[in-house]
Amino acid sequence: MKILVPVKRAVDYNVKIRVKPDGSGVDLANVKMSMNPFDEIAVEEALCLKESGKATEVILVSIGPAQATETIRSGLSMGADRGILIKVEQPVEPLAVAKLLKAVALAEEPLLIILGKQAIDDDCNQTGQMLAALLGWGQGTFASKVAVGEGHVEVTREVDGGLQTVSLNLPAVVTTDLRLNEPRYASLPNIMKAKKKTILEKTPADFGVDIAPRLKVLKTVAPPTRKAGTKLASAAELVARLKDEAGVI
Amino acid sequence: MAVLLLAEVSNGKLNEATAKALTAAKALDEPVHVLVAGERLEAAALTATSLDGIEKVLVADDPVYAHQLAEPLAALLVQLAGNYSAILAAATSTGKNVMPRVAALLDVMQISEIIKVVAPDTFERPIYAGNAIETVRSTDAKKIITVRTAAFPATGGGGSVPVEKIAAGAAPEVSSFKDETLAKSERPELASARVVISGGRGMQNADNFKTLIEPIADKLGAAMGASRAAVDAGYAPNDWQVGQTGKVVAPDLYIAVGISGAIQHLAGMKDSKVIVAINKDEEAPIFQIADYGLVGDLFAIMPALNEELAKLGR
Repeated sequence: MKILVPVKRAVDYNVKIRVKPDGSGVDLANVKMSMNPFDEIAVEEALCLKESGKATEVILVSIGPAQATETIRSGLSMGADRGILIKVEQPVEPLAVAKLLKAVALAEEPLLIILGKQAIDDDCNQTGQMLAALLGWGQGTFASKVAVGEGHVEVTREVDGGLQTVSLNLPAVVTTDLRLNEPRYASLPNIMKAKKKTILEKTPADFGVDIAPRLKVLKTVAPPTRKAGTKLASAAELVARLKDEAGVI
Repeated sequence: MAVLLLAEVSNGKLNEATAKALTAAKALDEPVHVLVAGERLEAAALTATSLDGIEKVLVADDPVYAHQLAEPLAALLVQLAGNYSAILAAATSTGKNVMPRVAALLDVMQISEIIKVVAPDTFERPIYAGNAIETVRSTDAKKIITVRTAAFPATGGGGSVPVEKIAAGAAPEVSSFKDETLAKSERPELASARVVISGGRGMQNADNFKTLIEPIADKLGAAMGASRAAVDAGYAPNDWQVGQTGKVVAPDLYIAVGISGAIQHLAGMKDSKVIVAINKDEEAPIFQIADYGLVGDLFAIMPALNEELAKLGR
């Protein structure tokens, strides 16, 4: 069974982003970019399934600028087999991403697609669900455990009240939550091997997908800031302040 | 046209997230219908009919919706979509799971986690863990929206509107429910509690949550939360996680205990009215946003805090 893992090049999770003063967006010049952390978890899960003999091939696909090649390459260094880059210069919304991924899925015929549950830049949390909808497949979102069986996959999901387990017919879409696994670091030999792995370049036009945005971003501003308050000396003082000054207890 | 709000049902009851999302739905300036889907819904449907300012409640009571699986629920919403200019849901784990599926089936780009309705087609939403706020205008004829409930007050009750029963739609047979482990707690729900006390890595183990945080939570009627580090380490269950990808809360009082304040955690609580930080590291980023800070050993401070609250008769 083939597994398809979409990976996104996103701002590194340690970066404190700055909003441009003119309201035109977030300043990403010279900012460290990495693979979206949830996507790393998706790559790891696919590799574990391959190592346990459940999967035969792990294919990465990224939709983004030329530099997204680096993102794919880092996944190949973890152990994935090959990559596909769908090259676009402008930002692409989750709906268009899902349409492109559907086209890739129809061409590659994976039995499982594993994606991060959300990208830490736009925080949309949509692509996996949309992809499952467009393919007519079942979806196991926010996964903390994935067990592949014969013709189906059981996915344990992190939900508001606890955990829920669903069974999905294969092919299916799974989106990863934080506690599914801990992604491995790429070893030096694997980094060397990854340099020889193929990355196929495509464009949205190759798939006949319209990627024109549906949402128009009117402005982007920094959120209201909070000021640091007062450091207090004791628990007694804290209780007094919460009671008399803040009135919250 | 009207707008449709998907109600959040948990354990057969209407979750308060519904009344909060309703406040956003009403801001679209059209009549609001509330869809309650699930199984054995009498209680939830009754509560929904009392929500102030809605036109009617649709009830889809069928085992196929019992566990709020995305596939049948999305199919039902798509079947109803023709009558509505917008479909909304609270950005709960159910809303987040179902609504993008609906959006894609309708060829609509969803607007996720809105925090403000600027106009019926224009919304504010946080990006980059809340470190930027984007104003977006949707060009889709139909709007599919999830609502960040922490950003909206709850609509009150007191109304009484009719119920319209609707038949279950065809459900795609691609998924089935296996089981669930839901935490049972007498405490207020994390997402809607007036007071939240969260512990971080500094708590050191699960027992310390019980012995140091729980008594204070009991006294304050607080919900208990945790940072990602504490959940990853197994000190607290996953549904306690507050942050960018966990729950987003905005209580009147948020007490962060042994939490350093990574941006991903701050994203989940920085809109709280009053923030208290208790941490031994005075350089911890949490102090930059806390109204009140106590620098010191939480193992000494928490028992002292418990005693002080006891003196108040709590």
